[in-house]
Amino acid sequence: MVDDAPAWLLFIVSLLLILGGVLALTGGVGLLRLSNFYQRTHAPSLPATLGIGCVLIASMLFFSVTSGRFVLHELLITMAVLLSAPVTAMMLNRAAIERDRRQYREDAPVPPGRPIKASPTGERNE
Amino acid sequence: MRAWLPFPLQSAFLFCMWLLLNQSLAVPHVLFALIAAWFLPWWLRGLQPIRAQQVRKPKVIVVLFFHVLWDIVISAWAVSVVIWGPAWRRQHSGFMTIPLDMESMHGQAVLACIINSTPGTVWAEFTDDRRYLMIHVLDLRDEDAWRTLIKERYERPLMEIFGS
Repeated sequence: MVDDAPAWLLFIVSLLLILGGVLALTGGVGLLRLSNFYQRTHAPSLPATLGIGCVLIASMLFFSVTSGRFVLHELLITMAVLLSAPVTAMMLNRAAIERDRRQYREDAPVPPGRPIKASPTGERNE
Repeated sequence: MRAWLPFPLQSAFLFCMWLLLNQSLAVPHVLFALIAAWFLPWWLRGLQPIRAQQVRKPKVIVVLFFHVLWDIVISAWAVSVVIWGPAWRRQHSGFMTIPLDMESMHGQAVLACIINSTPGTVWAEFTDDRRYLMIHVLDLRDEDAWRTLIKERYERPLMEIFGS
């Protein structure tokens, strides 16, 4: 199948796959390098949005061109991931805030409302 | 009509999804798609989701969609820079509060999806009176810029779309 594919297609598809792979790697490295839970909730959103987007566009392009018809069911995967990943991030974040408040941590975020001020988490290590 | 087909859009969506899953337009698949598209929304009508009163301005929807796509790409880059960059880049995260003017529940739900799917920002808390939103930002060096971004770029078009 790969042998029949035109060169331009292979070029675009491999570029997209590499980009997707790099984004997945970045997400993984982020889990290691970021220093606390709240920061780490940001790392998986890289592969979950753009990373998976690149891989699925590559897949749609490749199979659409090589099989000569539109292959679109990857859109369903995109949708499922796009719908579930944000909800997961939000639930994890909410749970962590609740945990912090129950433990009376001093750096637990103050509930929003007046006065509006930021609660930094940059120096926190855990 | 309402009783038999409570959510026409949802039905249309299920119909397309079923056919996409099967990757076929053969008669039995279309038949099953029709049955699923009619039965599932009708069966689940008891959940009684609250309807958006009206969804307006398709042009604004399209523009907002492409803005969000673009912002996902840009902020993916920004988050990658924070992750791979020097340690001081990772010390500026924090929670920030944004006062919301939007009252539409559906608009708020879409805003939550937008904020969570752009890397670098996560929805953290929403007050009970639904007026103040707290988000966690990975690179919180310019609080006002984030506030302007969310209010001007996302909230305003959403208020136009959902009308309040």
